[in-house]
Formats: sequence, structure tokens, C-alpha cells
Amino acid sequence: MSTTTAMRPEPAATASSAPPMLEAVDVTRMFMVSQGFMKAKKPLHAVNGVTLSIRQGEVVGLVGESGCGKTTLARMLLGLMPPSSGTLKIDGQPLAGMKRRAVARLVQPVFQDPYSSLNPRKSVGSIIGLPLRVQGGVTSEDEKKRVHEMMELVGLARRLFDNYPSQLSGGQRQRVAIARALINRPRMVICDEPTSALDVSVQSQILNLLQDLRRELGLTYLLISHNLAVVEHMADRVAVMYLGRLVEQTDTDTLFRNPRHPYTEALLKSVLTPEPGLGVPDTQLGAAYPNPLNMPSGCRFHPRCARRFGPCDTIVPRPLTSAAGMVECHLYDDDVKKEAAA
Amino acid sequence: MSDRILTVEGLEVSLPVPTGTLNAVQGVSFHVDRGETVCIVGESGCGKSLTALAIMDLLPKRGRRVARELSLLGDPIVGVPEATMSDLRGNRMAMIFQEPMTSLNPAYTIGNQLEEALLRHRKVPRAKARERAVHLLERVGITAADQRLRQYPHQLSGGLRQRVMIAMALMTGPDLIIADEPTTALDVTIQAQILHLLAELQREFHMGLVLITHDLGVVARIATRVVVMYAGQVVETGTATEVFGAPRHPYTRGLLDCIPIPGKTKRGERLGTIPGMVPSLVGHIQGCHFAGRCPFTIDACTEADVPLTAAAGSAHEVRCIRADELMRSGFQIVESVA
Repeated sequence: MSTTTAMRPEPAATASSAPPMLEAVDVTRMFMVSQGFMKAKKPLHAVNGVTLSIRQGEVVGLVGESGCGKTTLARMLLGLMPPSSGTLKIDGQPLAGMKRRAVARLVQPVFQDPYSSLNPRKSVGSIIGLPLRVQGGVTSEDEKKRVHEMMELVGLARRLFDNYPSQLSGGQRQRVAIARALINRPRMVICDEPTSALDVSVQSQILNLLQDLRRELGLTYLLISHNLAVVEHMADRVAVMYLGRLVEQTDTDTLFRNPRHPYTEALLKSVLTPEPGLGVPDTQLGAAYPNPLNMPSGCRFHPRCARRFGPCDTIVPRPLTSAAGMVECHLYDDDVKKEAAA
Repeated sequence: MSDRILTVEGLEVSLPVPTGTLNAVQGVSFHVDRGETVCIVGESGCGKSLTALAIMDLLPKRGRRVARELSLLGDPIVGVPEATMSDLRGNRMAMIFQEPMTSLNPAYTIGNQLEEALLRHRKVPRAKARERAVHLLERVGITAADQRLRQYPHQLSGGLRQRVMIAMALMTGPDLIIADEPTTALDVTIQAQILHLLAELQREFHMGLVLITHDLGVVARIATRVVVMYAGQVVETGTATEVFGAPRHPYTRGLLDCIPIPGKTKRGERLGTIPGMVPSLVGHIQGCHFAGRCPFTIDACTEADVPLTAAAGSAHEVRCIRADELMRSGFQIVESVA
């Protein structure tokens, strides 16, 4: 990695003392979904009361199945969509009322598919430089210089400046996407499945690059991925999302060593590592993913839960916070257990 | 009846491209016995999917396939009339594709599509076909099968659709199932369930299963034997324990180093990488196809084509002239002549 004009102070320590980069308090996003011709629309709570805090310099992994609301949450954090209720703060400033351009200076996305997230009719140099032109105030020489610096930083050869995305490999395209996200030196990057569309040998290159950039630029990441091995490798802390809510949130080591929520357990079980002889695990996640328009009563995970008991289908679990992190499950709620036993 | 279900010997697939001929598959050989799961693994463009399509005779129109031997249950399936092939396809051998939404017909009900294979290949009354469809849907874990038969593909979730595809492949009780990335489009939790189901069904119906995937985790867990492909060639083959426990080809080893394993790789540590890019398969590549990216390349690697050779006394084969030497030194030699 080459020297770059460091515009930010040294990376803040990931210690728990670091100030929060991102704070979401009880964030909800509701959509009205059409049920068909002439039928009344129904509310769908894609994100339903999420509280999440990410400290400066931290990497937080967000995991969950498709349809659980990960991407909706990411869109709100990027300021692309206002929450229906709740508050969002980035770098201490409330997101509500902030201009799109100001949000874009602080937080940037890297998407899953580098084949569809790059404009095929623009050259690499023009794609990476676009955020500079949007923010304004740069001369074209300046822009070119900074694009060159950024290309070097993410490991793209200078000669690719005038190439088009179709002439690049998947890994190179994802590097372009990363360069574009970083050119305005944001404080935080939201990576939505950054390596899912890539081959394993390319995936490891991109993961290494993300690690290097984080150290070098003091970035904060929210890493959304369904690949738990990747999350384990990258993240300091993990939040598990199910049907619009965070059901468990704790540091990565604790989560992988001692998962508490039955859903987290099932997710961890389904990680297939290249270790022969272990066989295919039985996750015991019976029923299919529920229809979010027709939420299960009580704990929304109870129809698929192998460890459900008395109150699970009637009482909504509350978030229980302790030194071991946050979990939303009756199994760890002594009050509910006592009442069920009585 | 013999236990050998599929024999593939020296399979070549080529496609004409504007710049010449793309030699996508170059001399691939493997076999599948009854009750075995053979996994073909490799990165995009290595020729694994074309190998599957070539076996099913479903190559694109301009694609050409040549093979020393290609036979199902001892009968050749190359150079036979299309009528014979379509009797076999969907009957004795069936295929499961990656994206269940695009391989199911949106205009027909699930029931219709399930029964079709049986009605076409066996002279059975529709009621009998329906009975089997219900039975198999229940077997693959679909509840309320009776009602599902009347539904259309868009009314089902991705996991359910893939279950329907599996049930469809099983309708005629085939001897061989070829599954091309059957779980890639699915969530990890659903992936585990589908693989679990496939493994169970394969034991129950005593079939041969060819599973094509890029996911080494899937392969390690489900394969009886593994075929690692790189740039159109088989570079290593053996049992899952041989290939994953003691990989002998630098490419296989490199791939395994790229993958983080919870509890084994240290957090934040650099992962292994394979520098460079897959060579173009247009025209002929002299010598080892991996030479351009291999840290152990010497002059001899590119001088002559490298054969697939077995380790003494085993079926663990590798296409690398330095395999023994590298194995002895624990892949420590770094005297690459760059």
C-alpha cells in the first residue's frame, strides 16, 4: 500500500471508549404493500425497532436471511430512505434534515454485484471521480490526481483509467466500486455482501483490501453478509437480524463460541467449512421463512424454533442486555420462565 | 446390474468464438458409481457447467463435444440419435439447475410440471402420476402437497422451488442426478437443508449424484470423491479426505488458503490469495495451465503438457510435475523462476 494524503487523524482505537460513529435508536421502516387489485394495502414492517450503535473504527457484521430487513436498514443508514420512526445519528449528527450530499460525505456503500453497480458506459476514471464532481469544488486536474491516488490505494493499475467496466474482471470491478466509495474519504462504509458475487480466490483479495483500507484510513464498517465465516473473519461485533428485529448482538468471539439465541445457533450450524468428514448439519429450522405480512404471534421466530416453550407463541420477547451482549429470547428471561413454570 | 453408472473419458468441449475456438473442457475423465456423490469444483470459467451440459447433451447449438467414452449404465450416450437421448434425459438421468425460478415454467402449475416427466417416459395414467408427485413433494419436505400441485412457481419461495426441482428430478426414479450449483441462489440455512435432503435422498434411492459447485465447504461435507477443475482441465481428484486433508496441487492448496474458517483462521489476519487471472482458453496452452499464477513454477512446467498422475497405490491424482517434491517439503520451496 502506498502513501496517501492522510486527511483524517490516526485511526481511533476500537476500544469501547471510542465515540459512536453510528447510532440507531428504535428505528422502524414500514411499507404499504398492495394485496392485489381492489384490495386494501397492508403494512409491512421491514425494519421493526432496531437499536444499534457502532463505534468509530469498529467493524460490525449484520447477518440474517434474505427478507429480514438488512438492506432496508442499510438504505436508511445511507440516507437513501427516511425511517418511519426512530432516530439515526452519524458521527454525532442527526441524519434527519441532513442534505443527501452531506450524508454521502460521511457514509458510502459498496454493493454486492460489481456487474450491475457500475455504469457500463462510463470509464473507470469517470466512475471513481463522480463523487468528487458531485460534491463540487475540484478542478479536473485535481480530480484526475485523486482518482489516480485512489486507484493505487485499492490496487488498480493506472492503465485501467480509460477502460470500461466490461473490460474488467469481477475482482477489478469490485475494486472500482471500493475506490468510488472512498474517494471522498467517508468516515464509514456500508458493505452489502461485498464478496458474494466473487470467486473464492478473488473474495480473499477483496477482504484483505478492506482490512488494509480500514487500518490505513481509520474506517468504520457495517458488513452485511450471509457468509458467517467472512463475518467471523472481519467483524469485531455481530448483530443477528430476524424478520426486522435484532435478536442477538454481541462481540464476535462470544457469539461464535456461545451463541444464545436459537436462531443464531441455527445460522452458525449452517456454515459449511471445507472440513471433510463433518457431514451436512441438520439445522432443525423446520418451517420455511414466514411471510412478513403475516407475522407470527409472540416471538416471531417461534414457528421455526427447536427450543420453544410455553410463552413463546403468545408473549413478545424483550431485549435482555447484559455483559454478554443483547439477546431477545424467553430462554434467557427469568421472569417469563418463572411465570411459565407457575 | 453393474455399479458403474456414469463413465466420462477424455471429454472435450469446444465453442467457436470470434477470436477462434474456445477449448472449454479439455480431456476430462471421471466416473460415478451407484450411491456415490462426485463433486466437480472450480471457479467461474473452469468448464464445470459445460461438463455437465455435455453429459446431458444440452450444449449450446454451436458447441462441439468429443469423448473417448461417455456412457450411462454401460451404454454409450455419445453419437446416439436424439430420440435415444431424450428417452434417457429426464428418465434415467436428470438435472437440477441453479436458479429454480428460471428453470420452472411460470405458465404451468407445479403439478403439471412434475407429472410431465412420468407421463412422457412411462405409460402411466395421470392419477398414478399425481400420486407419485404428491408422495415425492412430501418426501422433499413440502407440506400440503395436494394444494401445492395446483400452485404456480411464483407462489413459492426460493427454497420451496428448489425442493420442487428436486422432486421433479426424482419423478422417474433416475440412476443419475446432475445438480449444477443447486444451492447457490439460496440462503445458508436453506442451503444446509437442501444439501441434507439431497444426501438423504441419494442414499434412499441409491443413485449416483454429480454435484457441481464453486463452494469448497459444500464439497468437503457432501462428496465421496472430488474433481477439482482449473481452466478446462482436471487438476486434482481423489476422496474428500485426500483432497481437503492433503491437497497436492498448488491450485487446490491456494484455494483452501483463501477461505476463512471460524476458529481456525485468526481474525483480521491476511487471507491467502491467488494472484493473476485465469488464462484464456482460446487456442492451445503449452504446459501447465496454472503455471502463470503458481508460486512454484519452474521452466519445466511450461515445456510440455502435464499429465494427471496418481500417487503410488491410491486414486488420488494430480496434474503437477512437482507434486511429490512439494508434498515432501510441505510446499516450502520458493525458488520460482519468474
